[in-house]
Amino acid sequence: MSRKLTIRALKYNPLSKISKPQFVSYELEETPFMTIFVCLTLIREKFDADLSFDFVCRAGICGSCAMMINGVPKLACKTLTKDYKDGVIELMPMPAFRHIKDLSVNTGEWFEDMCKRVESWVHTDKETDISKIEEKIEPEVADETFELDRCIECGICLASCATKLMRPNFIGATGLLRTARYLQDPHDERSVEDFYELVGDDDGVFGCMSLLACEDNCPKELPLQSKIAYMRRQLVAQRNK
Amino acid sequence: MNIQYSDALVIGGGLAGLRAAIEVAKTDQSVTLLSICPVKRSHSAAVQGGMQASLGNGAKGEGDNEDLHFADTVKGSDWGCDQEVARMFAQTAPKAVRELASWGVPWTRVTKGPRTVVINAQKTVIEEKEAAHGLINARDFGGTKKWRTCFIADATGHCMLYGVANEAIKNEVKIIDRMEAVRIMHDGKKCLGVIARDLTNGELTAFVARGTMIATGGYGRIYKQTTNAVICEGTGAAIALETGLCRLSNMEAVQFHPTPIVPSGILLTEGCRGDGGVLRDVDGYRFMPDYEPEKKELASRDVVSRRMMEHIRKGKGVKSPYGDHLWLDISILGRAHIEKNLRDVQDICKTFNGIDPADEGPKGWAPVLPMQHYSMGGIRTKPTGESQWLDGLFACGEAACWDMHGFNRLGGNSCAETVVAGMIVGDYFADYCKKNGEVIDTNIVKDFLTKEYEYLKSLANKDGKNDVFEIKNKMKEIMWEKVAIFRTGEGLKEAVDELEELYKKSLDVKVHNKELDCANPELEEAYRVPRMLKVALCVAYGALLRTESRGAHYREDYPKRDDLNWMKRTLTYWVEGENMPRVEYDELDIMKMEMPPAFRGYGAKGNIIENPLSAKRQEEVDSIREKMENEGKGRYEIQEALMPYELQAKYKAKNQRIGVDYE
Repeated sequence: MSRKLTIRALKYNPLSKISKPQFVSYELEETPFMTIFVCLTLIREKFDADLSFDFVCRAGICGSCAMMINGVPKLACKTLTKDYKDGVIELMPMPAFRHIKDLSVNTGEWFEDMCKRVESWVHTDKETDISKIEEKIEPEVADETFELDRCIECGICLASCATKLMRPNFIGATGLLRTARYLQDPHDERSVEDFYELVGDDDGVFGCMSLLACEDNCPKELPLQSKIAYMRRQLVAQRNK
Repeated sequence: MNIQYSDALVIGGGLAGLRAAIEVAKTDQSVTLLSICPVKRSHSAAVQGGMQASLGNGAKGEGDNEDLHFADTVKGSDWGCDQEVARMFAQTAPKAVRELASWGVPWTRVTKGPRTVVINAQKTVIEEKEAAHGLINARDFGGTKKWRTCFIADATGHCMLYGVANEAIKNEVKIIDRMEAVRIMHDGKKCLGVIARDLTNGELTAFVARGTMIATGGYGRIYKQTTNAVICEGTGAAIALETGLCRLSNMEAVQFHPTPIVPSGILLTEGCRGDGGVLRDVDGYRFMPDYEPEKKELASRDVVSRRMMEHIRKGKGVKSPYGDHLWLDISILGRAHIEKNLRDVQDICKTFNGIDPADEGPKGWAPVLPMQHYSMGGIRTKPTGESQWLDGLFACGEAACWDMHGFNRLGGNSCAETVVAGMIVGDYFADYCKKNGEVIDTNIVKDFLTKEYEYLKSLANKDGKNDVFEIKNKMKEIMWEKVAIFRTGEGLKEAVDELEELYKKSLDVKVHNKELDCANPELEEAYRVPRMLKVALCVAYGALLRTESRGAHYREDYPKRDDLNWMKRTLTYWVEGENMPRVEYDELDIMKMEMPPAFRGYGAKGNIIENPLSAKRQEEVDSIREKMENEGKGRYEIQEALMPYELQAKYKAKNQRIGVDYE
């Protein structure tokens, strides 16, 4: 028993002088466990070879295909059409990032910049001799670091974030999670004070309005809310010193 | 005219490319890295199970070392690999995993005391040593003597990729994403860099460098059923092929993974079976012990895949709208284990099939079917990673064939290879760039740029008869129907003929959007599909000519491994203007092997056409070993006497392990 789906996708090429933003509708037969990835692939093959969108892993782990699906930012590859009762699905590119074309936005440049801003790598003065037995880490500590290392940089938390839309330079939940991740990692020797230098302002942890759509929409169910609160407590304590 | 210069240029932003770029950056040379997607989205992120490295920390890894890792790798390759490369690899892998730990990759660690694991479908308690507490843990994988696969739950690749990408950013690697290399520039002898197309605005840039490395991954997307990401189209290898000089090697060596989920083809990691999961048929019966009593579900991937297909052919598959499949049952591992160590697997099953694999009984079984997974073949290089036919062009990772995997790769060895090759080849590459600073003739660069622009313009203006997507899908079907797990001469001949026809058609397609200065996915297909067809032809033609079965290459009409005639690598190259690749061969020298060809330990016995040199060499090896052991020589000295190999001193250094120190 299949039904007709209507996919309405925003089309717009910002590099063209004549292109105007418009919705284009495509009608498809629904199949069991159909995802937006399957829909868009079919649309490109059968109806509109020019429709721009991004997929890489198509398995919910690379973060490339985040887009607005009926107004909510989601990973298109993991979104099932059966969850849309009336069979009408509207696709738009995510706000908060530079628009490339149609459903495609430039998350890569934003995330590389974020990495540089929070210096998202281990800071240490230790020299590691890789021929020697590795440093011991408590198993629970390694697991906790992993829990915070699971962000896939899809950008959904930013597209969900009112602060980010008003304050373009806001580091967002993902940037704050990254600081919490390195604060937690025993390999990193940075102090709370060091992190205060990076994100202790309104573009960082004090800009967050705690609306928490970031955590609501995060496809990896990361503890964004508690980690932002944690960083804020740490940094407030630092400021009051 | 856009020209950018750097000392080194890396094409591909997965683990191999990024790790190699870091190696260059550490020598204070400028390095530019081009990637078709943001680098952290690379297919490396999809690695679930882990990377092999003989740390020997856990109770089930005790006694592990480079020798065992080497031997497993050579057997796994069905003696098709370059043993010197396998040695280089096994020696460096522990260093790679330890380096990543120091970069913050949160490896799962050993907890001292007893823990319950599932071995051969039985709950078993093992005791972890106090001394190992806090060191990097490892799980079991197919075809290995020890539990050697280091992991982070089932998100190993994600964590490794982020660790390495962050380190690349720290080391000021200039990363340019959404930039696709479309042509290699060369003067007939030396590589000058590449022409690349910006996928956001269509602009062409000539990236000129002293050395160029291709690390663009595999070519799974030439198959209809594949676990590979949509970007794995093999076009990195194809542009090397299009130089007319570089050779692709062993392209017919294509690995099929036993447990992608049906129908999406998303992989459920080998860790499922490594941790104790089993395969079941339509009756819920565990069939693998009947076929492979010794290794069961953990025989090597080619063997398990074939046994599964064999069982389906016997009518024991489960009927479904997507064809027959089998079941993977991990519920016996327990919900707690699954929710900690196989969380992504659970998520995939739930999202894409509405199944919770932690549910006991048939309700929690996941439908699986072997699909294309890995490309053992690739751009042929020396053990240093440099092409033998084009100076200054290097390759590493899955895109390359320095030939570590031969005809079958062991699980956990590819993700290990990416970083290990990134280190070793990256170091040789950095050296090359430092030493080779000749002045470049910009006229050649200009010619390449102009030619490429004209080519893309003419392609956009094509108003041909054919639809590029139809051609692409037809190719995928041919590859899946006729060049997959079971191959016959007849099927392969048909495949080659049909692919050749498709290739000709692909040169005459219609492109609707004529714009060159924006993202134009249709135009992108128009230049990628002919390249994919070239790669597909190398695979199919190599398979047609190879009249034997070795590793993942299985010929029903030639079921034996033929060491007498086929101890050789296939090399394919492409002469511009022709419609078919040309083929030549490169002999493997049994008399130089540390481990001469023998039985693999799984699969049918006596299925080899023996080469008399194997016995001769084995005698030599045995006598050298016996003599040196009697003289009290250690394993390093004996190894050196059997098969000396080159490796940078920093990587060749002995690896320390608990309990045995450096021995």
